[in-house]
Amino acid sequence: MHEIVFISGKGGTGKTSITASFAYLLADKCVVADCDVDAANMHLLLDPVKLSEEDFYSGVVPGIDYNRCNNCGACADVCRFNAINEQDGKYAINIIDCEGCGYCARVCPSGAIIMEENNVGKYFVSNTRLKNTMVHAHLKIGAENSGKLVAKVKKEAVHAAKNNGKEFVLVDGSPGIGCPVISSLSGADFVVIVTEPTVSGFHDLKRVYELVKKFGLKAGCIINKSDLNLNITNEISCYLDEEKIVHLSDIKYDQSFSKAIIEGKTIAEYNPGIAEQLSENWTEIISHLN
Amino acid sequence: MKVAIASGKGGTGKTTISTNLSAYLAEKRSVVLADLDVEEPNAKLFLDIELAKSEIKYKMIPEWNENCSLCGLCQEVCNFNAVIKLNTQIMVLPELCHSCYACSELCPENSLKMIPQKIGIMNIYKSDGLDFIESKMDIGQEQAVPLITKTKDYIKNNFDNKVLAIFDSPPGTSCPVIEVIKDCDLILLVTEPTPFGLHDLKLAIETAKQLHKPCAVIINRAEQGNLLINKFCAAENIDIIAEIPNDRQIATLYSGGQLLYNELPEVKKQLQNIEDYIDLFNYGGSYA
Repeated sequence: MHEIVFISGKGGTGKTSITASFAYLLADKCVVADCDVDAANMHLLLDPVKLSEEDFYSGVVPGIDYNRCNNCGACADVCRFNAINEQDGKYAINIIDCEGCGYCARVCPSGAIIMEENNVGKYFVSNTRLKNTMVHAHLKIGAENSGKLVAKVKKEAVHAAKNNGKEFVLVDGSPGIGCPVISSLSGADFVVIVTEPTVSGFHDLKRVYELVKKFGLKAGCIINKSDLNLNITNEISCYLDEEKIVHLSDIKYDQSFSKAIIEGKTIAEYNPGIAEQLSENWTEIISHLN
Repeated sequence: MKVAIASGKGGTGKTTISTNLSAYLAEKRSVVLADLDVEEPNAKLFLDIELAKSEIKYKMIPEWNENCSLCGLCQEVCNFNAVIKLNTQIMVLPELCHSCYACSELCPENSLKMIPQKIGIMNIYKSDGLDFIESKMDIGQEQAVPLITKTKDYIKNNFDNKVLAIFDSPPGTSCPVIEVIKDCDLILLVTEPTPFGLHDLKLAIETAKQLHKPCAVIINRAEQGNLLINKFCAAENIDIIAEIPNDRQIATLYSGGQLLYNELPEVKKQLQNIEDYIDLFNYGGSYA
């Protein structure tokens, strides 16, 4: 079983469209893990039917029991996040500012602060219209710890792959370089970076690859919208050579990306030329797996 | 007044709007633009502006010293598993630490002193009319929030609240976005007329609502006859204040790091619409 992770640094480069296309090409040989739990979109293309769903808890949230509170203010004194303030003669917790450290509950002399487990979202195991197994999640608005939910989704996906004898787990990661991305990279066998030839796409590619290097992972790159700016496509190609990143392919600027999304299809279903190109890329990716 | 430029989905054009709007407005008034997408800050790539100074940014983490009875209270109080008691020592995992100080202040032996750890760099740029602040998180750091907080603090301490501040937000709906928008006066959500754009716009609107923040929508890559976003916003009673057309010339200018509004009068007109909306909002007027 091999785990292939798709990331981009910058958002909107076509990462989800391309990951979904590989899901189309691999059909029942793969489990898809949508690890962009903040703004998950993969389900819009793969139309999953839920087999199971579970709540996901992470961290704790405080609440004040005013029957016990003696209004001493010790909680507000220790809070480094200014989440506890006196309002109309009594102390109140602003959950938006609270980090869930629990320091307030520790120092409360009357045991008036109760920490409750925080339900931050749900995760689902589903079957898609393309015969993939899919693990995906819904993170509650503003919830913390999306990195932990990513880890959970990945763990369930690996579990599903092992139980059902699937060869591959395709992980659609989130933009950025922070905790959700770090979490999706751990345990990867190969990383596919989807970029675009724009100053920002290239800038973000370099930053996210620095992160990939820290993990010592082998990576390949797909340059989407490659004819948008040939000079930058060229610069990216040179960078890939220097860094020994596998240059998988260049996909031309193509309005059919958004047209396919509007029809709820993967770009590979919509455009046979791109399907063929990605199919060759897959052969190349496999040749780099142990 | 603080205005956040945000979106659920990445790559919808937040930075395009932030940079073009700030540069356009700076021709007429004082503006401070902050790139708070600290994981992947891009705004500088579109601005011709001089670096005035840089500041290294830190968060506070505990450092263990051997004057310790290994009672393990530090591990017990840490809700983030950032402090771990081993047989002969205490280990600190800085990436997991949220700087709550509980381990340090509750330690009976004073064995965990809080020390600064570098998390990134803040660059301050200046040109006529425009102040631009960019923060860049160090690669390998997990948490964007502490750096965002410190950057906002800098703005709070150095600019009058009357100056228009524009915050270029990170994508998504989780903690980094909340940290950016929670003390903004108005949130402008940039989206595109695709099912991905609409889906993530709904999440972003829900986020704004939970924080009781007023929001309005900017459609990027708008296409004639595609009313996906318009219909949704009409039903939800949310203002659409500008529409930037889907145009390959825009994509090409963007790709090379160029601003759009000097080349494209249509874009300038849309930026003016955004300014009018912000001003009306600021004076408590309603938009019709």
